[in-house]
Amino acid sequence: MNQPFIPPPGNHSVCQPPTSTEFVLDRCFRALARFGVFVILALVFALIFVIGEKAIPGMQKYGLDVITGSVWDPNQHLYGILPAIWGTLYSSLMALLIGGFFGIMMAIFLTQDFLPARLAAVFRTIVELLAAIPSVVYGLWGIFFVIPAIRPLADWLHQSFDWVPFFSTSLSGPGLLPAALVLAIMILPTIAAVSQDALRAVPLKTKQAAYGLGTTHWEAILKVMVPTASTGIFGALVLGLGRALGETMALAMLVGNSNQISLSLFSPANTLAAVLALNFPEAGPTEVEVLMYAALVLMAITLTVNIIGSMIMLMSNRGAKS
Amino acid sequence: MNARVLAPVAVPSLQHKMEGRSLFSVALSGLAWVCALLASVPLLSVLYLLITRGGARLSMEVLTELPPAGFEMGGGFGNALAGTFVMVGIAALIAIPVGIMAAIFLAELGPSSKMANIARFSAKTLTGLPSILAGVFAYAIVVLTTGTYSAPAGGVALAVLMLPIVVLTAEEAIKMVPKIMKDAAYGMGCTRSQVIWKVILPTGLPAILTGVMLAVARAAGETAPLLFTALFSNYWLYQDGKLDLMNPTASLAVLIYNFSGMPFENQIELAWAASLVLVLIVLVINVVSRYFGRQKF
Repeated sequence: MNQPFIPPPGNHSVCQPPTSTEFVLDRCFRALARFGVFVILALVFALIFVIGEKAIPGMQKYGLDVITGSVWDPNQHLYGILPAIWGTLYSSLMALLIGGFFGIMMAIFLTQDFLPARLAAVFRTIVELLAAIPSVVYGLWGIFFVIPAIRPLADWLHQSFDWVPFFSTSLSGPGLLPAALVLAIMILPTIAAVSQDALRAVPLKTKQAAYGLGTTHWEAILKVMVPTASTGIFGALVLGLGRALGETMALAMLVGNSNQISLSLFSPANTLAAVLALNFPEAGPTEVEVLMYAALVLMAITLTVNIIGSMIMLMSNRGAKS
Repeated sequence: MNARVLAPVAVPSLQHKMEGRSLFSVALSGLAWVCALLASVPLLSVLYLLITRGGARLSMEVLTELPPAGFEMGGGFGNALAGTFVMVGIAALIAIPVGIMAAIFLAELGPSSKMANIARFSAKTLTGLPSILAGVFAYAIVVLTTGTYSAPAGGVALAVLMLPIVVLTAEEAIKMVPKIMKDAAYGMGCTRSQVIWKVILPTGLPAILTGVMLAVARAAGETAPLLFTALFSNYWLYQDGKLDLMNPTASLAVLIYNFSGMPFENQIELAWAASLVLVLIVLVINVVSRYFGRQKF
């Protein structure tokens, strides 16, 4: 193909059918592309299969005791991840509450004509950069900024309202609230980005019709725009929850790694991902079996949430097209 | 006549009703502003602390020396910087070719085949895979097989995280190539792979690069998958005149994690400096990728 063009005698056309070499190369290349897709599918199966297979010995040895047990003590061969499951769900839901509120507000703020285009671009960049910062840096920031910053408020809440279960212990350092706060910041970009897409997909006519009926700016947003985009926004929340459930480093650094089940926001807790991060590097063969089991539980939880999220997104895209 | 008499009565009441609703609207707009400003605080705070605390310690020495032991002063994270580059490089070598190949299939060769739909859904689900599970996976297939923590193990873990990002962004990039350009090439008798190599890939390259760079930036900042695949090391990969990848390997991210929990001021300063370097790398890649992304055909 790269040779200089010499018009062949008789046939004065640039166009020519592919030679047999080109034909063979074409088929090889297509096979290669198919192989790339195959790798993705194989990867998903391998992830489930490999982790599942390594978890089997642990499951046979300890059965459901791992999921229902609340003590983690390798010396006594006690491996319970119930507090970690509780901490994972509790911190993620807290983060979802905060991050979801701010994320959706941000999405509305950026899409519903509050800002001139240039200023909106600035805020959009800020949200995107929030997503770019590595989680370990958030962890470091959490240790040296968030924990000292919220301590006075936490102390005051604990002293004034210690009968409320959420404030029943004092914040000694790492704990659930700082972890959930940092987690909220980390999932905010996901929620904001996906909600923005959902809000932008609402046809302009819908908004114009609402204004035509005499609604105020926020009546149009709350009663027309958000309900119309609700499937997409819900999908954004579910995907954000998926991110929160699987987030590791910021939690391993901020949650306190203590196996207890408590409603208090200020008590140290533990999460599945943090258990894996802390115990894997020094684990012996027995412990690895149980950790694989914990990894399988984490994978089951996050995959379920993510698949639900992806399906909701598919549904909302289909809805927008029809 | 009647209507004229009624009108002045009806209008003020309507006016009155509007005020409450408008007030509510203004209050919510204020709330939206407060939320947006509050949401910007963390980024500014992180950047401020990185520049003041990390910038204070940043020097050539920090970038080239080995990490200090417990009570030692000085030192740096040269080996971690190198380790991060090596492992991200290994991950890129695995994930980029496979990812772009898969994207070509998804966008061009069989966009609505059953295999493509399942693969697309899998890739979307994989983007939400907790990064620590990529580490567990690499631990199971590389570390347990080779019997040692190593740079390739870390690279495989990072590749698992990069692959879906590369696939999904490259697919979008390839889809954006105008159909007329492809049709022109087909009309000249090109085979499909010739069209892909000579028309689609060159045209879509800027957008594909954007996705690739975003994936690289994400991988560079990941810690969890490296914790127990590459582990950490206080030494260089390149030692005694030979490069041995099959050893525990340091990385910036793991160094930050390890040093952040230490009770020594020197280590914590280094953790901040390493964070600054890591964030700079990630942000520069992000900004450059934006530049590529903005170019249109």
